Amino acid sequence: MKFGIVTFPGSNCDYDSYHAVADVLGLPAVYLWHKSTDLEGVDVVVLPGGFSYGDYLRAGAIARFSPIMKEVAAHARAGGPVLGICNGFQIACEAGLLPGALLRNEKLQFVSDRVYMRVENADTMFTSRCETGDVLRIPVAHGDGRFTADEETLDRLEGEGRVIFRYVNADGVPDATSNPNGAMRDIAGIISAEGNVLGLMPHPERAMEELVGSADGRRIFESLLARVSA
Amino acid sequence: MSRFRVAVHIVPRKGILDPQGKAVSDALHSLGFDGVTDTRIGRHIVLHIAAPDAKAADAQVREMCGKLLANPVTEDFEIATVEAA
Repeated sequence: MKFGIVTFPGSNCDYDSYHAVADVLGLPAVYLWHKSTDLEGVDVVVLPGGFSYGDYLRAGAIARFSPIMKEVAAHARAGGPVLGICNGFQIACEAGLLPGALLRNEKLQFVSDRVYMRVENADTMFTSRCETGDVLRIPVAHGDGRFTADEETLDRLEGEGRVIFRYVNADGVPDATSNPNGAMRDIAGIISAEGNVLGLMPHPERAMEELVGSADGRRIFESLLARVSA
Repeated sequence: MSRFRVAVHIVPRKGILDPQGKAVSDALHSLGFDGVTDTRIGRHIVLHIAAPDAKAADAQVREMCGKLLANPVTEDFEIATVEAA
């Protein structure tokens, strides 16, 4: 199973993603330059975190027009897994691969912290190695993470089991301080209607080893592995 | 082709929480501007473009807003001015 990690100008979690896949999991990984139009036969595309194009205009708005994104969209349409992390989530929303938008954090401050997120649906290719209700401890680092969509879209996402991760406290319950950015309905991550595109604000690729405080992020990558190897 | 200067206002859509706007409303209230009922903070973009006429320039900028300048999920836009440049 080969991972392709897209590098946009201003991406800064592409190395973390590469490390997670190649060094921690020992799987083949390649960087895909944003100007390339060749996915090099990868099975999974990672849109990494960072500040592509300086977050000019809106986070993710310009990256969406990078040449590689046409190929990423085609890969997604064909059912290929796409993992959009942080800025990658913002890009996926701007590109229409996922509904909604990520707006400026409610408190207007950049948040760099560890949060807890609860697995809301374990029956997806990204969460099969979790149980619904599991609480994962994962870092966040973003200024524009407030997931926003109209009520109809939110109801549809919930109804179709597409809200995959929700911000909670250590006990697995949302409370007044568990949501780091004011995201509507405490949403931390969602999947596409077909279930093959995941966008989330927390950084699972930065939680791959106990050495850095949590290895909970591995479960997302291991879920993907289990699916493709099955 | 003529040259036009087109100015666009882009603001968070009604109903979308705008924490910057809310903070500014609160500050204005504390200054005694009690009449302020809402503040929306967005972007002001000025484009210089070549187009056959003002109507075409306006239409081009609307299309740009739909495709890139504004996010249709969360933002509204209005063409503020179209001037010969």
